[in-house]
Amino acid sequence: MSATLSYDQVSVGDELPPLDIPLTTTLIVGTALASRDYTPVHHDKAVAQGQGMGDVFMNILTTNGFVGRYVTDWAGSDAIVKNVAIKLGAPNLPGDTMKMRGKVESKSDDTVVVSVVGKNNWGDHVTGTVKLALPR
Amino acid sequence: MSNPAEAKRALEARLQEFVGTETGPPTTGPDLVNEAMIRHWAEAMEDRNPIYTDAAAAKESVHGGIVAPPTMMQAWILGGMAMAQPPTGDEPRDEQNNLHAILTENGYPSVVATNCEQEYHRYLKPGDEVQATTVIESISDQKATALGTGYFINTRTEFSVDGEAVGWMKFRVLKFTPNEAPAAASDDGGGGPMSQAPRRLRPTLGHDNKWWWDGLEEGKFLIQKCSACGVQRHPPRPMCGECQSIEWGSVESTMKGAVHSYVVIHHPPVPGYDYPLVCALIDLDEGIRFVSNVIDCAPGDVHVGMKVEGRIEQVDDEMKLPLFRAVK
Repeated sequence: MSATLSYDQVSVGDELPPLDIPLTTTLIVGTALASRDYTPVHHDKAVAQGQGMGDVFMNILTTNGFVGRYVTDWAGSDAIVKNVAIKLGAPNLPGDTMKMRGKVESKSDDTVVVSVVGKNNWGDHVTGTVKLALPR
Repeated sequence: MSNPAEAKRALEARLQEFVGTETGPPTTGPDLVNEAMIRHWAEAMEDRNPIYTDAAAAKESVHGGIVAPPTMMQAWILGGMAMAQPPTGDEPRDEQNNLHAILTENGYPSVVATNCEQEYHRYLKPGDEVQATTVIESISDQKATALGTGYFINTRTEFSVDGEAVGWMKFRVLKFTPNEAPAAASDDGGGGPMSQAPRRLRPTLGHDNKWWWDGLEEGKFLIQKCSACGVQRHPPRPMCGECQSIEWGSVESTMKGAVHSYVVIHHPPVPGYDYPLVCALIDLDEGIRFVSNVIDCAPGDVHVGMKVEGRIEQVDDEMKLPLFRAVK
């Protein structure tokens, strides 16, 4: 992991390096269980299909986890995440890829706001913002 | 109650009784925050931030030791296996479940989470015992959405450790009647409506236009030409607009032309297309005007009059389309 970005190193409009997450059944089930979410639609394909979905799909805690990871991968280990606000859209299903992109939207008082989008073949899986405190 | 408007008013009055109530007694996380569960999360998410798993690096960090990923906050209070099992009746009172049950009984059986916001006052660390209290903050009026008609339920959960507030979460779900019955799983084992990659919209094929699409399959962009007066036309249609003859043939286009006008589509995204999507009216040298996409070109570089050349491309597993690129 790279050194933590300082507040002064970051400019409004900076783009985060893209991150593509290949979505496998193993990833969707493994992350759901690691987040203690045993709701059957996240690990049992028959139950998911009974609810009209094609397959098991990613749980929200995992989406939050990837949004947090994406931003700290870029900002470094001493960046402090203050707030994550997300809106959910197209579900993340096995066989697809979530393409994460992000951009610095604003900065003030040692805090930067980064917008994040995670797209898959069906559209935007997640759109949101992360507030991060960066060292001077 | 026979009057639907009256039934709706009665239901909504019942729903509003839940607003402002706590869903139940505080939930205490079954495990103290611990390094093993943090490591399992970081491993599954491939999160290599050393403050979660590397004690030496974490000691040197601003945290002074291992911490839990902030977005893991909710995981500490989830029920695990109990979430997959039918209720036994011994669970503590849960007004959120009661609210959902009322909506299910009244014809709003489906639920989908639409928004989540979390604020972290501090990172959790091993040894913390997390407690959470959830309040039903508000319930919307009845809303018609793309998924179906129903009610948005907003909750707010406060997280604390030994009485110290450590963070909060606002969560919004839609409890709704689906617009259509869920599609049955298909018999190919893949199943379901979203089991394969999305495709572009399909044309409606008929007697008057199928020959044109068959031409694309053979790698030819054909232009319909009136056999009586020689005027060319597109899209395909049975009668010449100039001389009303219904006799026609076709000529093959060179697919060279210029952009007459264009739009760049950003929203709403339709599955099967890449955005931003340049949709252009292209004047072909043969004299007809054709709607297509300009590709391999930044949307800001497209301009009226730009020379373009087309090529028939395979756009998904079964459809071919002429797409256009700038002539360098």
